[in-house]
Amino acid sequence: MILIAIISLGGIGIAGAGLLYAASKKFEVYEDPRIAQVQEVLPAANCGGCGYPGCSAFADACVKADALDNLLCPVGGSDVMSKVATILGREAISSDPMIAVVRCGGTCEARPRINQYDGAKNCAIASSLYGGETGCSYGCLGYGDCVATCPFDAIHINQETMLPEVIDEKCTACGACVKACPKTIIELRKRGPKSRRIYVSCVNKDKGGIARKACANACIGCSTCQKECPFEAITLENNLAYIDHTKCRLCRKCVPVCPTNAILEPNFPPRKEKVAEESKENKEETTK
Amino acid sequence: MLRTFKIGGIHPPENKLSAGKNIRPLAIPKQVVIPLAQHIGAPAQAAVKKGDIVKTGTLIGKAGGFVSANIHSSVSGKVNKIDNTIDSSGYKRPAIYIDVEGDEWEESIDRSDKLIKECALSPKEIIDKITEAGIVGMGGATFPTQVKLMPPPGNKAELLIINAAECEPYLTSDHSLMMEKGEEIMVGVSILMKAIEVGRAIIGIEINKPDAIAYLSSLAKGFGGINVMPLKSRYPQGGEKQLIDAVIRRQVKSGTLPISVGAVVQNVGTAFAVYEAVQKNKPLIERVVTVTGKSVSDPSNLLVRIGTPISDLIDAAGGIPEDTGKIIGGGPMMGKALASTDVSVTKGSSGILILTAKEATRKPMYDCIRCAKCVNVCPMGLNPTLLMDATDFQDWDLAEKNNIADCIECGSCSYTCPANRVLLDYIRLGKGKVMGIIRARKS
Amino acid sequence: MENKLIISPSPHIHGGDSIQKNMTGVLIALAPALVVSLYFFGLGALIVTLVSVASCVIIEYLIQRFLLKKEPTLWDGSAILTGVLLAFNLPSNLPIWIIAIGALAAIGIGKMSFGGLGKNIFNPALVGRVFLLISFPAQMTTWPVPDPLSMHYTDVQTGATVLSLIKGSATTVIPSNTDMLLGNMGGSLGEVSAIALLIGLGYMLVRGIITWHIPVSILGTVMIFTGIMHGIAPYTYANPFIHVLSGGLMLGAIFMATDYVTSPMSKAGMIVYGVGIGLLTSVIRMFGSYPEGVSFAILIMNALTPLINNYIKPKHFGGK
Repeated sequence: MILIAIISLGGIGIAGAGLLYAASKKFEVYEDPRIAQVQEVLPAANCGGCGYPGCSAFADACVKADALDNLLCPVGGSDVMSKVATILGREAISSDPMIAVVRCGGTCEARPRINQYDGAKNCAIASSLYGGETGCSYGCLGYGDCVATCPFDAIHINQETMLPEVIDEKCTACGACVKACPKTIIELRKRGPKSRRIYVSCVNKDKGGIARKACANACIGCSTCQKECPFEAITLENNLAYIDHTKCRLCRKCVPVCPTNAILEPNFPPRKEKVAEESKENKEETTK
Repeated sequence: MLRTFKIGGIHPPENKLSAGKNIRPLAIPKQVVIPLAQHIGAPAQAAVKKGDIVKTGTLIGKAGGFVSANIHSSVSGKVNKIDNTIDSSGYKRPAIYIDVEGDEWEESIDRSDKLIKECALSPKEIIDKITEAGIVGMGGATFPTQVKLMPPPGNKAELLIINAAECEPYLTSDHSLMMEKGEEIMVGVSILMKAIEVGRAIIGIEINKPDAIAYLSSLAKGFGGINVMPLKSRYPQGGEKQLIDAVIRRQVKSGTLPISVGAVVQNVGTAFAVYEAVQKNKPLIERVVTVTGKSVSDPSNLLVRIGTPISDLIDAAGGIPEDTGKIIGGGPMMGKALASTDVSVTKGSSGILILTAKEATRKPMYDCIRCAKCVNVCPMGLNPTLLMDATDFQDWDLAEKNNIADCIECGSCSYTCPANRVLLDYIRLGKGKVMGIIRARKS
Repeated sequence: MENKLIISPSPHIHGGDSIQKNMTGVLIALAPALVVSLYFFGLGALIVTLVSVASCVIIEYLIQRFLLKKEPTLWDGSAILTGVLLAFNLPSNLPIWIIAIGALAAIGIGKMSFGGLGKNIFNPALVGRVFLLISFPAQMTTWPVPDPLSMHYTDVQTGATVLSLIKGSATTVIPSNTDMLLGNMGGSLGEVSAIALLIGLGYMLVRGIITWHIPVSILGTVMIFTGIMHGIAPYTYANPFIHVLSGGLMLGAIFMATDYVTSPMSKAGMIVYGVGIGLLTSVIRMFGSYPEGVSFAILIMNALTPLINNYIKPKHFGGK
């Protein structure tokens, strides 16, 4: 009896093993070993910032591409891309580190609510039907689609201002929030040394008066900053100033002249009194 | 057994507070703001400029494409400016501002009350007149009427269905129009029949309007081929597909037009506008608007010039009640909450509904308990809770496979949900996304 | 105007239905059966019901408050309902500590481990019952004999249920149909009276809490299937009325299988689910080693519910 059991079970075992071996040989898929190597050095965040569905798809694309021109892992940046380049024996393309920037200064204080929204707390839904709770139909809605989508927990709603804030150290510039924001308020900009950056924190395209009425921190399109900029980095379109981050040299001259304080300069050391006074005088002159 | 549509449906409290009230003409305001986009499709192009003198009925906006509609001045006076106005959603849209001076009409318009029954025009001439008058679907969907009267090649209409269901709670503008302008409506219906060359028309009216059923039935005897069909009161019977199902027991297939089952559906208010346009040369410059709400002191049916600010209408119905929480353009199920009372009356404004803060505030939302009540009430036979989840997870494939594009946004699911889930909020977003994906794939 | 206008997507009105209303509705529907069991099983029924409800509520509160650290949702009444249904599935002489373990299994394993109301795959009360049935088979299968308005709890006279009687031998004396309708027989405390349960069903149908599809398809299937078998071999298999009126079938079909969370969403799906429960119940009762199979049948079909939902969609307007 015992013998029969041993023989039959052993037989089934051997037959099964043979079947598995045959199947693994027959259906084996050849994969370029370099794909696994490339995947190894990628951050494995699967954020999709590169434009591919995940890190393995990106690795696959890197191996198959002839050059790494249009391939960039925004999370890993130049470091990772140069490692990828060594594995593949191709030339590395250097890139500037970027960071997500929220271009809205419409705090609760600056931008009073004129309506109360009672629908699903989701920016995409709210913006498809309404301009928002305030007089500004361009600004941040504050329901946090960007927060929900961020794979790195790098963006949060400040409960005091009800605006999203990017945590510099955590942001990898994967661009998920840029895609999620229905108002296209969030933009990827050059990170700058020590995460210093200067940008217009407003996307309102209304005429100055209307914009100012809706929000105290709105860009009113007065063009003062444009005149101030020594590098022609500032353009003015549809009553809205925009600082081209590839041209901006972080000289900080535009910041104090803005009458609505719409230009922000995070991570810079505080200004010396003298400079501030000087610029104030300048501002008075220009307004005159 | 009264007929109704087969799948789903709800019966919210009717609250027809303004039923039986006569239509009251509202005084012309000092200034009208006429938006250039009052219809589905391309916005109209301004045909006047600042400083121009216009009369009542003057063309001020030309249709901006095939699916678009002309816009006429509803008052006489001077064009103040063409500028952006804030529409009901808080977004800015171009509009023509006209300062009112007197009330001088275009000479071609017949302003007498005399009923003109005979119409000797050919179908094409009728459609041209309707196009010229800028008529759109008056039930609220505002689809340009002439487009629906010109079926795509290969399709032939068999009958005309007139939508007089008015299944939305509170609203009575169609009801009051039927009671006061019954004969004109019948002539309008026969003109529409002529335009699409059919010999049969059925007017579908819900049984909660017995006086309108009796009156129109008696009038119908004088018009060949027109019948009145009483329907069971059930929301959303005024939905095009639901009405066709109720009246002729044919279901319009997913992704096809009503003409594929041989039906053309027009709103009863549209039939009246067609009468005025064809027989009286009067473009669409005024309409009946119900102003209602439990807290409103005098719920009314008002005849209002297009472009009048909503605040004027509310004043005429007794002013804004103190505890107002929400002002809705349209009915409570499909209407749109207005961001301010400065918004103008447009061609699609069937009603202004005022809800108190208590009525208007939504209750907190809980997790889905999978009770399937939304599935049972969905008139399109969809699974709303699944579609909401699919939208939340941005799984557009799943949403498309489960026919999200067929949703008619009637709101029965959200109305019914015991967990107060905002099903339609999400489904509407998902529907938009999926329809965009389908369009992109086709082109 | 002072106050800000509220803006929101449509619809702007709500029908006023709520989870709480539905749960209270089911509790009201359970009341007749509770009254009957209090009559037949007296003090024991009262103690078991109270202990079961109290432990379910307390366990749910503790888990939500201290383990999940979120706002407890006792107000929705679902824990009370689970407590009553669990009690209805227990013999009326079950010791308190076993009931508490059952409640822990029902709420802790059956409901909260999946994420709470709406997320669970299996009917929590049945999870509790089956857990006890497997852990304490002796206590769970000794049934008190009905003793109107008795003041005894664990010290009652016990006897077999109808189903275990016919399992043992088909020739034993079984209660009359009238006794089974009224509930004058041994069994779990809530399952005995068919009439009381049917009154509850009528109430829930009128209130629109459930639809007819699940109960009717379960009872119909059991009726037909056992009827056929009885017709083939009348001495081996009991007649269909005994099957429908005895054991937990009525309770299961009306109150357990119709649980919102764990039953399919489309009407066609509900019928497939009901037929499945009916077939499994009949098979277990007639061919299995357990005398009763409703709980297992429902749990098996609970597991198949996501699959049914995936393949059987609601009837689509204008669909092929």
